[in-house]
Amino acid sequence: MDLDALTHTSGEWLRANGPDSDIVMSSRIRLARNLADYPFPNRASDAVRADVEQLLRGEIAKSPAGKKLQYVQIDALETLDRQFLVERQLISRELSENHGQRGVGISPEENVSLMVNEEDHLRMQVLRSGFALDECWHDIDAIDDAIESSVTYAFSEQLGYLTACPTNVGTGIRVSVLLHLPGLVMTKEIQKVFQALQKIGLAVRGLYGEGSQAMGDFYQISNQATLGKGEEQIIKTIKDVVPNILAYERKVRTTLVQENRQNLHDQVSRALGNLKHARQISSEETMHLLSSVRMGINLGLIHDLEIPTLNELFIHTQPAHLQKLRHERMETAERNAARADYIRQRLTVPPSSN
Amino acid sequence: MKKCGRCAKPAVLHITEIRHGEVQALHLCESCAKEYLNESEAGGPPPDDDDVGGPSEESESSDTSDDELSSTCPQCGITFKEFRKQGRLGCPHDYTVFHDELMPLLENIHGETQHTGKVPKRAPKASQHQFRLIRLRNRLRAAVDEEMYEEAARLRDEIQSLENEAGSSGNAS
Repeated sequence: MDLDALTHTSGEWLRANGPDSDIVMSSRIRLARNLADYPFPNRASDAVRADVEQLLRGEIAKSPAGKKLQYVQIDALETLDRQFLVERQLISRELSENHGQRGVGISPEENVSLMVNEEDHLRMQVLRSGFALDECWHDIDAIDDAIESSVTYAFSEQLGYLTACPTNVGTGIRVSVLLHLPGLVMTKEIQKVFQALQKIGLAVRGLYGEGSQAMGDFYQISNQATLGKGEEQIIKTIKDVVPNILAYERKVRTTLVQENRQNLHDQVSRALGNLKHARQISSEETMHLLSSVRMGINLGLIHDLEIPTLNELFIHTQPAHLQKLRHERMETAERNAARADYIRQRLTVPPSSN
Repeated sequence: MKKCGRCAKPAVLHITEIRHGEVQALHLCESCAKEYLNESEAGGPPPDDDDVGGPSEESESSDTSDDELSSTCPQCGITFKEFRKQGRLGCPHDYTVFHDELMPLLENIHGETQHTGKVPKRAPKASQHQFRLIRLRNRLRAAVDEEMYEEAARLRDEIQSLENEAGSSGNAS
């Protein structure tokens, strides 16, 4: 896979063509699987890791469930390229930072990624634009079936799929939606949402999952328990709760517009102004301003920009992306200048058809 | 840049933790964050009194050896204590070896202890062959590289007999 070519494209899941994609950036389901008879990656020798990689790489090459996947050997990549894949959500930080033979199979649309020798032997994920968990499940279930028709997974009747960490045992499933909730953040209602979610056993995380800070008002909501409930039941829990959060966010936005249209319009326009004219800008500030502008577009306060462009900017303005785009390593200060240049260019020149 | 909440290094990871309805923001450096995540992955920080991993230094030596034997996985060699420290098990067999110790933990994490989700269809014999072959071929290559020719010859024979078996059952690849 030509990683440099990816700097000019973006994943299908960023295109904002899925249901409720004004608030739901993406839906994702991942499954954790391990091969029977092999130690988990963290306790495997280099030889065992190599065996596992070769086996699973062979499975990935068979285009499971008709998904054509390109295999990228992660241990052969430089740090910058690994970081690049993390920023694109194609691999986890764990896979990037692990050691030994490991890799990932990626679909051209960037909506399927199968990681080998992550925390578990196999971590499969399917991503979709908008609120589309059933579609994610349909795809990942088929991929899982295809692979398990020729490998023996570690499985027990009582505990289900066996995983390196007991928090994933059972279904090995993590169902998550990435929500953009600037209204609830602005009105400080977000804490109530967190508490309600926590009560029903759902976790809230930032844009890059476990341990990441909520950037740009993005929150990832996912199940915690993986044992004792069926996959569909777990998906349903999330599917049932998300519409309530969406309604809450929309209500808060409407109230904000009604009560203080002038203020809100001023705020989102200033955010756009800063993005269009800044000469140096940090990643943090970028996320913050993009979040305002994204909401402004959704509320009809900003007209000449489209959501997919904004979605893409959230990803493409991150450090590894900027450095890949420029083909050079840059320190923070240089990156801040390069970021401002890139944003200016993207926001003033109409985006090319691709 | 914020400083780590546990030591003096700059914080690189920002964690928002919600526990019992209380929201707490943590800012940690890489090493403290790793420690923290391991603690929480294993279902919260390990209790001070080591109630599961076998007695520590102060206990009598005869008990210690017994206890350590009983809680070491014969397949991957991990002890339950090591698992508590890392939050990660060593191999699928650990779920059997540490069954009694793990059950309360699983109950705590998931609220349930019986899987009710998807069940795999077992892999057909042919592909299991395939996997053994790949494994043996890798080992053969390593043996040749290390000039262990006796071992290599043995592996070659084993591979040949497996290939014949696969071929005769109509599953040649």
